[in-house]
This record gives sequence, C-alpha cells and structure tokens, in this order.
Amino acid sequence: MNYPGKGLMEGLAVTARNFVGSYFYKDRLTTVQYPEERVQTPENSRTFPFLVFEDSPDKPRCTACKICETECPPKCIYIVMDRDDKGKPMQRPKVFDIDISVCMQCQICVEVCPFDAIKMDNDYEKSKYERFDALVERLPDLLKPNEYYRKVKPTEASEVDARLKAEAEAKAAKKAAAAAAAAAKAAAQPPPAPTGTVT
Amino acid sequence: MFASVPDWMVRVTAFLIPIAFIFGVYPAIFALTTLVERKALGRIQNRYGPNRVGIFGILQPLADGLKILLKEDIVPRVADKFTHFLAPVLIVIPGLLVYLVVPVAPGMVAVDLKIGVLFALAVGTVSVIALFMAGWASRNKFSLLGAVRAVAQVVSYEVPTVMAGVAVIMAAGTLSTLTIVERQGGGILNVSNWYVFRPWGLVGFVLFIIGGLAESARCPFDLPEAESELIGGYHTEYSGFKFALFQMGEYLAGMAMAGVTVTLFLGGYMGPGSGPGLAGGLISMFWFFAKLAGMIVLNIWIRGTWPRLRVDQLMGFAWKVLLPLALVNIVAVGFWHFLTPRPLAWVVTTGWLVIWFLVLTKCNASARLEKREYRYV
Repeated sequence: MNYPGKGLMEGLAVTARNFVGSYFYKDRLTTVQYPEERVQTPENSRTFPFLVFEDSPDKPRCTACKICETECPPKCIYIVMDRDDKGKPMQRPKVFDIDISVCMQCQICVEVCPFDAIKMDNDYEKSKYERFDALVERLPDLLKPNEYYRKVKPTEASEVDARLKAEAEAKAAKKAAAAAAAAAKAAAQPPPAPTGTVT
Repeated sequence: MFASVPDWMVRVTAFLIPIAFIFGVYPAIFALTTLVERKALGRIQNRYGPNRVGIFGILQPLADGLKILLKEDIVPRVADKFTHFLAPVLIVIPGLLVYLVVPVAPGMVAVDLKIGVLFALAVGTVSVIALFMAGWASRNKFSLLGAVRAVAQVVSYEVPTVMAGVAVIMAAGTLSTLTIVERQGGGILNVSNWYVFRPWGLVGFVLFIIGGLAESARCPFDLPEAESELIGGYHTEYSGFKFALFQMGEYLAGMAMAGVTVTLFLGGYMGPGSGPGLAGGLISMFWFFAKLAGMIVLNIWIRGTWPRLRVDQLMGFAWKVLLPLALVNIVAVGFWHFLTPRPLAWVVTTGWLVIWFLVLTKCNASARLEKREYRYV
C-alpha cells in the first residue's frame, strides 16, 4: 500500500525500533565505555618497543650492540654500553632511552635485533602529564620479563623461545662436539715429545 | 486572617506567583529537555548518550551550563555591538511570554486574556526579530543567510499555523485559552471531547505541529541554523552565555508552541480526574505536563528521524499544501457546526477533508520523469 507520507512514517518506525531495541538488546550498542571496558587488542597490534630480560633485570638479552640505534629511522634510541671498573665492555646497556614522542612504531629495531632483545609492546595507555622528559622511556621502564612478552604476544613469544632454545642446544652440541673432537685429536696425537736434547 | 495584609501587597503577590512559576518551571523543563533529547537521540542511534555526570548523566545540564558560562565571550570587531548584545536578550522573552496564556490547571493561567490565542500566536513569532537582529549584527554572511532564512520560514509558516488555530477558535467560539480548554472537558473521562478527536481537529493538530516545528526552527525545519550548510546560521558569531541564551530561547519557544498545541487540540489540562479543587487541580496539572512532555518527546523523535528540507521544498510545502489544507479545514469546521445529526457531520467532514487531502497531495506530487528511451543502443 502506498500513501502520502509513507516514507516518513516508516522512518519513525525505524527510529522507534532502535530506541526500544537499544534498551533490550546489548549487541545493538556498539559503544565501548572505555575506562571501564576495553577492547581486546589483536595479538599483532603494536605500540612501542620494550627490552626483554630472562631471569633478572640485571641480565637483559640486549648486548648494547647499537644495531637498533643505527637502524632506527627517526633516531629515537640512545644507547651507552656498560663497562666495568677496568673499562672492559660488559655487553649490556648502561643507558637505553627510547623517546616515544619520536618513535614511529615501525618495528625496524625488532627486525634488526640479532639477540631477540627488543620487542614491540601493545600497551596503548602511555599518556603523560608532561611533554618532554616524561615521554622518554628509560632503561628501568623498558625492561620487562620474558613472561610479559609471552603474555602479550603468545604466538610470537613461543616461536622466539623455541628458536632460542634450539640455538642454545645447537651451540651446546657444537661445543660438545668440538670438545669431543679436540679430545679425540689430543688422544690420537699425543703432544710431540721433545725430539732433541739441549746441547 | 488576611485582613491585616494591605491590598497592594495582595495584588503584587498575586502578580509575582505566576511569574515565579513561569520563570522556575519552564527553564527547569528546558534543562531536563536538553538531557532527555541527548539521551533519546543517542538511543535512536544505538548509542548510550551522556551517562558520565551523575547517575545516568542526570547532572549533565548542570555541567553543560557551567561549561558554557566559563567560555570566552567573543564579539566580532566589525559587529554592531549593541544589536549583537541585544539579540540574545530579546530572544528569550517571547518564548516566556507565551506561557502567560497557557493554562496548566483550572483557573491557573497567569493572565486570562480574552484574546489569548491571538496573543500566543503573535508574541511567539516576535522572536524572529531577535533572530534577524543577531544575523544582521554579526556581519557574517552565514549569520545573515541564516537570519534571512529564519524570517522567510517563520513568516511563511505563521499563516497555516494561524489558520489551523482559526478552526479551533471557530469551534470554541472564543479566543480565551481557558475557555477553549473548558470546552474540551466532559464526555467520556474528560477525553472524548478533545478537539484532536474531531476530523477537523486532527488535521488542525497535524498542521499546528508542523507549523510549530517550523516556527521554532526545529528539525526538519532547522534551515536557519543548518550546521552543515551555514556553520550555525544566525548564532555563528555567538559564544558563551549568549549562545546559551539562543539555545534556551529556541527551546522555550518550541515548548511554548507545544504548550499552545496541547491547549488548543489536546484538551489542555483535561484528563481523567481533572477538575476544580486541590486534588482535581493537581491531577489537572499532571495531565497538562504529561501532555507537554508527550509533545516534547514527539519533537525529539521527529528530530532524530527526518532529514532537513530543502529551501524550495520548505516554501512549497507551506504555501501549496499546508495553507490550502488549513483553509479547507476552516470550511470543514463550518460543516461540523451546521450539520445535524452528528453522524452526518462526521461523514461529511471526514469525506471533505480526505478528498481535499488526496487532491492536494496528488497536485503536489513530485514530477515523474518519463522513462528515457535510447534510439541507438
């Protein structure tokens, strides 16, 4: 049936349905009421990098090799290697700063790291009340345990763990093989006896 | 007991009570309406609407008011400063004046003017002068365009609105709002004699609602402030408290039109149980404000649904559909008055109105373009 004003009446019916329906069907309301409710971020979402440590914050995987500092396109990473009293490099960072106001979340530092030491976080609540110093993340802020990495990115973390374990085993096996070979060599060829006498 | 009170004090008190009532109740309803409107529009769009300030966002109007009071008051350098200042002050007054003649309970009307309906309709449109002052004084092309649109729209829609009111005046035989409401009493539960339950009354009611929406520049007739076309129309150059006054004036005018509609067509304070005395008076008041709330909800519902009209559609609708229908409606009241018995009057009036409605909609149907045929396919 067609009558003048039909479209207007149908429109009113639609909005009335929406109005009543929004009180009875929760799935109509797509709003996420943010501070109380949060959307589950996808596993592959990323925000800013963090540093992984195994057992204690004193022993990060990072060796302060500075590859990420060199590769970082906006140059937001600053690293100083730690040295002991004698000036010998300790293969760990003394200073590791990431300026998250400069970081563009490109993940290149993660791609280039040969030690799986730097990874992308998915924590998006990084607002600060101060504009300059508060937005630079220092070493203590950046260091997070491997368990945290497993929690935020389970798939990726298990891959990394498996690879690191395989590498470690391979290294141990190689070392053992090398040691065995050295031992065998030593057994087959006894150190040459002194051939001459001192005159 | 009151013997010791001087006569002038009684007079002044009797004068002040309705003023206090009007200044207290209607702005409070305005504040509540802004909240209800935002909540309802939210629900219509499957959102929550404001729910942060207080429980269910009930203190949102307070927060809005505080925010808008703290805003900077900007006056354009090239503006006509005095007129620019005067316009927001003026715009609130007509809206409030209309409530003077809107009865809320038996005998409870600020002034029972003999020309009540005329007063309400005439004073209600004075706000257009304030709108034009605002648009003109801002010296901004958007403001001026909005103001020009407002004048054209209000002048056009005033005609069918008044004509729709004339039908009621004819039927009631009076211009006094209180008497018009009393004429709608009686019948079944004080309800069956409302003018909206007459064929001519229903048509007049719809015409009056449309005219009221247009005169208070509410959706779908919000062309004067069309934010997507004119930034904000006549109040583009206003901020802070002056802007709040514009909002308030607009809402008060809209609610006043709703109040007049209730008075003329929905039986005012008439309803089951209303009558003189304290209890009857309170029930009457309840019915009046319930009807007013119903009209406001209808306004909000329409705002949430219908798109804005184009300028040519707006004018065509007023002059080619509403005005003829209002004139035809006046003739229908004549039939209703003179034809006896009642069933005959019902049949004749309804038939007359339906036929004219169909003729008018047919004549004004948008042109159907012929199907185009291509010679070389």
